[in-house]
Amino acid sequence: MKRVYLDHAAATPVREEVLEAMLPYFRERFGNPSAVYDLGADIKEVIEAARAKVAGFIGAPADQVIFTSCGAEANNLAVKGAALAHLKKGRHVIVSAIEHHSVLNSARYLEKFHDFEVTFLPVNKFGQVEPERLARALTPATVLVSIQHASNEIGTIQRLKELTGLCREQGVVFHTDAVATAGQIPVDVKDLGVDLLSLSGPALGAPKGIGALYFRRGVRLVPQIHSGIQENGRRGGTENVPGIVGLGTAAELAGAELAANARRLKDLRNRLVAGVNDRIAGAIFTGHPEERLPGHASFCFEGIEGEALIFLVNARGICANTGSACASKALKVSPTLCAIGLSPEVAQGSMVFTLGGDNDQEDIDYVLAELPLAVEKLRAFSPVWRKKLAAASGG
Amino acid sequence: MYSQTVMEHFNNPRHAGVIDNPDGTGEVGNPTCGDMMTFYIKVKDDRIEDVKFQTFGCVAAIAVSDIVSEMAIGKTLAEAQKITKKVVAEALGGLPPNKMHCSNLGADALALAIQNYQEKTEPPQADQKAKKRINES
Repeated sequence: MKRVYLDHAAATPVREEVLEAMLPYFRERFGNPSAVYDLGADIKEVIEAARAKVAGFIGAPADQVIFTSCGAEANNLAVKGAALAHLKKGRHVIVSAIEHHSVLNSARYLEKFHDFEVTFLPVNKFGQVEPERLARALTPATVLVSIQHASNEIGTIQRLKELTGLCREQGVVFHTDAVATAGQIPVDVKDLGVDLLSLSGPALGAPKGIGALYFRRGVRLVPQIHSGIQENGRRGGTENVPGIVGLGTAAELAGAELAANARRLKDLRNRLVAGVNDRIAGAIFTGHPEERLPGHASFCFEGIEGEALIFLVNARGICANTGSACASKALKVSPTLCAIGLSPEVAQGSMVFTLGGDNDQEDIDYVLAELPLAVEKLRAFSPVWRKKLAAASGG
Repeated sequence: MYSQTVMEHFNNPRHAGVIDNPDGTGEVGNPTCGDMMTFYIKVKDDRIEDVKFQTFGCVAAIAVSDIVSEMAIGKTLAEAQKITKKVVAEALGGLPPNKMHCSNLGADALALAIQNYQEKTEPPQADQKAKKRINES
């Protein structure tokens, strides 16, 4: 059976070149970089070379990147680390309502254990934070604002420059989670005007278990993993050398291929969106129609539930994601879908496609042939769809 | 995540659909919690002759609906009322713990359909419609 993988936001296959670059650091060059003898000490240079590549990818100086174990750790270090470093100024942080759980729950941790006040900023129907709302939320006690670069769930890209400008004027540290955007659109820390920026390896063709945080020189961070003085004391623990090398290689490749990759993904995505709108009634497109990730398409199909839909298409070899409550471990509907104003019933029908380098036109056409059948199968016995049809024909 | 039995009932539900002029209907759930089920039953001589369901929900909810329908058909009303969530989950070869309560609503929907039938056939204050149906059967 054909397999079509359309969940690149969740994981990507490790790229051949990345794996090749990593392999020597598992066995031949296994030394601990903190060691004094050559087998370890030489590894320090390897780490710094990878750091320079990651920094170059986001337009940052090489010494302003910290390697972490994942994107979530980068977000934890940014939110908790920066907030706790500025206690003297105040105890107020602002995050958008549609952040990744690693940001939302870090903010809740500050609220619960460190007496912070947290503002969860609402977004408009496209999922964008409006600058006036941020301006109104800022107070003299605000120490940190964390707003994502783009959403993995609805694809919307934030107008970050309008938001970072406001914070810079008032001396408030601005963090952005760029896990969704890196490799999809240009990410330049100076252009965006951010103080902290999170990256994740698996979004770029590097393996799981590696991430990074950019910090602007002078931004203070309290370490969240306490150990020796690895990463200049900002993140303890022996470095994940193969992962670091992999992320460096992946970032370098992603940077070189960015423009061509984005064009290709956008064409495929437009084909998918047009096809779905053409073939499936009651498909609600979520997120911003233009200001969105090139490889991202997201919908809510009325009258059906997303987990059931994912299983049905999976039986036909298709892998995609959903924000349905039933598919989440906590059985809670995605906060992002609620925040953009969808009813819980509509949000249940969520389906998210994130395209990647291994997808082609044939994949999209296969999805366009299979998906309408799956939607139709579930709607045939959906009481919600039946009521909707009855209301439509009655009215 | 799901047992083979769950996947079989989900992929090929045999009792999905609607019964026109049912003898009883039962509706459970709400869109906020995720799952909604409507059960339709046909009753003859105190025995469940046919069951159809309509379900909006996850894999577990659809499989539960189908197996409850299968279990109820041919049973007397009293027997069908003894179908519990536990029995349903066991018949499906188990359900993930977090789906035990939220998606396992089939037995409740069936019980409501039976109750609805009983209210119609033995109404405290018999209305015209119910009387007519009793006469017809």
